[in-house]
Amino acid sequence: MVPAQAVPGAAPGAGAEVWTGDGAAPLAPRTRFGPALGAVYRAQLSRARVARIPLLFVATFQSVGIMVLLRGVVDSGDPARSVVSGSSVLVVAFVALNLLAQYFGQLRAGGGLDHYATLPVPPAAVVLGAAGAYASFTVPGTVVTAVTGCVLFQLPMAHLWVLAAVIPLSGAALAGLGAALGLLAPRPELATLLGQLGMSAALLLGVLPAARMPEVIGWARDLLPSTYGVEALSRSFDPHPDWLAVGADLGVCAAVGVLSLAVATWAYRRAATR
Amino acid sequence: MPVCAVRDLVKTYPATRGRRGAARAPAVRANDGITLEVRRGEIFGLLGPNGAGKSTLVRQLTGLLGPDSGSIAVLGHDLVRHPERAARLLGYLGQESTALDEMTVALAVETTGRLRGLGAREARAERDAVIDELGLADLTGRALKQLSGGQRRLACFATALIGERPLLVLDEPTTGMDPVARRAVWAAVDRRRAERGVTVVLVTHNVLEAESVLDRVAVIDRGRVIACDTPGGLKETVSEEVRLELVWRAGPPLDVPEVAALAAAAHTSGRRWTLRLPADQARAAVAAVTSGPAFAALDDFTLATPSLEDVYLALGGRGEGLVKA
Repeated sequence: MVPAQAVPGAAPGAGAEVWTGDGAAPLAPRTRFGPALGAVYRAQLSRARVARIPLLFVATFQSVGIMVLLRGVVDSGDPARSVVSGSSVLVVAFVALNLLAQYFGQLRAGGGLDHYATLPVPPAAVVLGAAGAYASFTVPGTVVTAVTGCVLFQLPMAHLWVLAAVIPLSGAALAGLGAALGLLAPRPELATLLGQLGMSAALLLGVLPAARMPEVIGWARDLLPSTYGVEALSRSFDPHPDWLAVGADLGVCAAVGVLSLAVATWAYRRAATR
Repeated sequence: MPVCAVRDLVKTYPATRGRRGAARAPAVRANDGITLEVRRGEIFGLLGPNGAGKSTLVRQLTGLLGPDSGSIAVLGHDLVRHPERAARLLGYLGQESTALDEMTVALAVETTGRLRGLGAREARAERDAVIDELGLADLTGRALKQLSGGQRRLACFATALIGERPLLVLDEPTTGMDPVARRAVWAAVDRRRAERGVTVVLVTHNVLEAESVLDRVAVIDRGRVIACDTPGGLKETVSEEVRLELVWRAGPPLDVPEVAALAAAAHTSGRRWTLRLPADQARAAVAAVTSGPAFAALDDFTLATPSLEDVYLALGGRGEGLVKA
């Protein structure tokens, strides 16, 4: 060990240190939003890849299984469209809502937020990076489910490119909701429970054709952000899709996404500094 | 100016309502008027058993927790008013690794460097340097949760080092580490101190470690600083006394009058007796137990000069919870 006295300027009590300006040491710069977002996103994607691949298989099989089951009950046409689009968006709900709620719930309970809170990163970068990684992670499963559904129910695949907007926007809405639930739930088990409930709601309200639902359930369906992703995808199976309506649905997803991610960021800030 | 000045810090955790299966917990005053100063280039220790309030104190130093009252200045910045500045002044190693568990060692260190503001190339270069320095090169591709406790702790320590900060706050950094890893930690700390005058605030409940690495130590008990000095200075306060440990084969031979006389002063833990005595009395006690029937009942004994643990006990701290390994 080097004795403290041997360190330059460390003579105890001598006040030998020279600080700038008002006597305070210079602060290290804040980490800028872009690079911080990139670093969190990359790290989260990598940890999700290690830890969540089996779960992604489960999510995809679940959705494909639901479609196979319903094929005996539902004929092609409108109901088939809801089944395929609902099952596709369900993959997003499983990962972005359910798994992300669990992740943030556990991170908060286990003291993991301290790590990020003691780094000079914008809270939004942590929340958006994690949400983005989880949402990206749903891409293969959602595409596989949508294509399988089109084959099973003989739906046109011409407009499936809409998924390129549906996944990120419904992903943002559901991941924001998942992150907010995970960060706000007082206990991790509660975060898991809420995530599961959200996913079940997305399953029941998204996959089943809306026309046959009681009015009250229809309202609940309107409140769920995944519904608008389902509707947008569903409309795109039309030979001549109503692009304005698709755009409006996706706009709702985007608005909910912005709102829920803002809430999640606020919840993160609150959870990180108790 | 001190690197870190804490004055009259008070932090109380509110009482929690009882839930099913969990008892009602009363309010806990974890920090009860803590005042201390840490000078530049110092390795400053916070020593005390679990629950003494050490972690609560460092969580306030790192801006994670707001105090109820009192002031904290780190490198001239008021952290009570600007807790967010802590992240730009210091590197923190907490007790939990949850945020990093599923990342590989390399990614955890590099990402932390990026989040501490390093550019992509810089972060990679520093990552490699820190990993080499700590002898983690063989583990870079393994996820933290696949590592042993000590290895994981070392990887977390690497994340505290990357993106150099003038102050390191380390909460029990060497828990679970083998001697090689411990040496790597203290060598890394020492190098940063010699080259850049880095200051370290260290939480520990390990007495031997405290004696060997700390420049000064604040002894904390029940949320208060009960003493603050160099380890040598603290030990001088009890230098009149020595510590005698007696281990009996079965039970103590209380029929021997000298042993019976010692019994009242002994701190008993199983077959082991610990006594703190003035040197002449200790000599007499050793003479008594190393002859006759007492010696037949004696399994082992040690006579030692006082350690920080003795200081701690002499100052009125509770004996349990300090580690001597």
